[in-house]
Amino acid sequence: MTAALLAKGLDKRFGSLVVAGGISFELPVGERCALIGPNGAGKTTLINLLTGMLTPDAGEIVLNGEDISRAPPARRVRKGLARTFQINSLFPKLNPLEATTLAVCERRGETGDFLGRLAARRDAVDEAYDILKSLRLDGVCRRETRELAYGQQRLLEIALALATQPKVLLLDEPAAGVPKEDSGELFQVIDGLSRQLTLLFIEHDMDVVFRFASRILVMVGGRLLLEGTPAEIANDARVREVYLGSAGHG
Amino acid sequence: MSDASVPAKPPAEFLADGARWRWAEIAFWLAATLPYFVAQDYLQLAGQVLITGLFAMSLDLILGYAGVVSLGHAAFFGLGAYACGVASKWGWGEPITGLLIGGAFAGIVGYGASFIVSRFKGLALIMITLGLNQLVAEAANSAHGLTGGADGLQGVHTWDLLGYFHFDLYGVTAFWYILAVVFACFLLTRRMVHSPFGLALRGIRENSTRMVAIGAANRAHIRKAFVIAAFMAGVAGALLTETTETVSLETLSFQRSADVLVMLILGGVGQLYGGVVGAAIYMVARDRFSDVNPQYWYFWIGLLLIAVVVFLPNGIVGGLKKLGGYLGRAGR
Repeated sequence: MTAALLAKGLDKRFGSLVVAGGISFELPVGERCALIGPNGAGKTTLINLLTGMLTPDAGEIVLNGEDISRAPPARRVRKGLARTFQINSLFPKLNPLEATTLAVCERRGETGDFLGRLAARRDAVDEAYDILKSLRLDGVCRRETRELAYGQQRLLEIALALATQPKVLLLDEPAAGVPKEDSGELFQVIDGLSRQLTLLFIEHDMDVVFRFASRILVMVGGRLLLEGTPAEIANDARVREVYLGSAGHG
Repeated sequence: MSDASVPAKPPAEFLADGARWRWAEIAFWLAATLPYFVAQDYLQLAGQVLITGLFAMSLDLILGYAGVVSLGHAAFFGLGAYACGVASKWGWGEPITGLLIGGAFAGIVGYGASFIVSRFKGLALIMITLGLNQLVAEAANSAHGLTGGADGLQGVHTWDLLGYFHFDLYGVTAFWYILAVVFACFLLTRRMVHSPFGLALRGIRENSTRMVAIGAANRAHIRKAFVIAAFMAGVAGALLTETTETVSLETLSFQRSADVLVMLILGGVGQLYGGVVGAAIYMVARDRFSDVNPQYWYFWIGLLLIAVVVFLPNGIVGGLKKLGGYLGRAGR
């Protein structure tokens, strides 16, 4: 079976600093995979390499059997690789309904229409509203984004990515800045997403990681230290040493 | 995480609300006809205000909606003015097609420039647009045989409008003609602002990085907006040519590029009406201030600009909208 996402030997250096060294992994369709590692391990850099925001010095990225290594970022999105940002990257003066409708219209190739009325694109607007509703943002979708609570803005990050109908979704610390008691709720929403969608998420909260991930990748110093099931990762001495601390998980 | 206190209007209806005509807009355009009824001595000034307003509106499309800063927009105004003027000098003085000639010529040059403009941001973009303006101005200056150079283009003659309405000395035909063209361009701009394309432009202005992350072709959007803005600026230039029957190098000057930016900031960037309102305030102020002191009138414009930027960050139209919002809430 073709992997949803495949990375082969991704390398990236800034001068003598290796931020990604020979990273290879494979995500099967529907996988819920966590990417963990200490600060500065290169996790966000890896997402930037996968999405084309950074150009790798070497390596290959394959999405659903298609080599996208040289595709510009926007084209990768159109082919089904979407992301969210660690620090909110939204449209402050658009309301969530407009922002999500915009993402839907972009996916449908309708944003070139400069004489039609936006409101007349009822299918796109309704689709955007349904996405917002599924993320429990329907009640606030008419307010400007900058007026939303932080947790709602984190959910809007996901809504915008979902509006592109991704096959693979890369979530860069989706619960960053969200109080610990709310992050479980946020991950429940994430866990409820379609099983056809492949997820790779960066997360520091190990409780959340072990609860929601079916597979874990561990990065240290720009390299992939190992990958395995939550049980394998929890019992690995190297992981305990570099990341979890001597006490380990649980 | 939901908030049930916000009244729930169906989503499409909610978006349609934002595009509906307001009474204030209808009043604004009715007021634009007033010079004909109450101040016929000022018809020519009113015409100039409307032309400049159209020019500022075209800049607003790229600056206010797509966030593309240009300090060389007069290049397209002047190109439109010269294209229309040269066509007239060569024997084609029909006004409506003259507008299309001016707009199309500016739009074609804008299309070429858009490939460079769409690749840059910030200071680099300001310098590129400024450089483009200087290039076009000097090209027009050196092409003396075609443009008349520093002497200006002479021999422009505009035919009667629709073969019937003569452009009279009092400027009555010119005023109504200008008002009709500016209103038509405004309708087009308004439609565009409320279209999916307009939303994409606002998205680019708000966060171009995020636009890429939702799969948007930012450069293609910016190129399209730039060409439409160049076309509209060209139409504004052609209007000036047709109603004054002369073209000077001043239409391509840096001063004109800077002035239109000042007008737009005064009126309100990204406010749809900011260009026309800014042009009206700027030009009426110039008319009044220069009566008081013809040498130092720009002092007052400077003061006005600082006051607006400090106290009304969204310009005069933005301030009026805010005031309208307060009054509306207070009245409920």
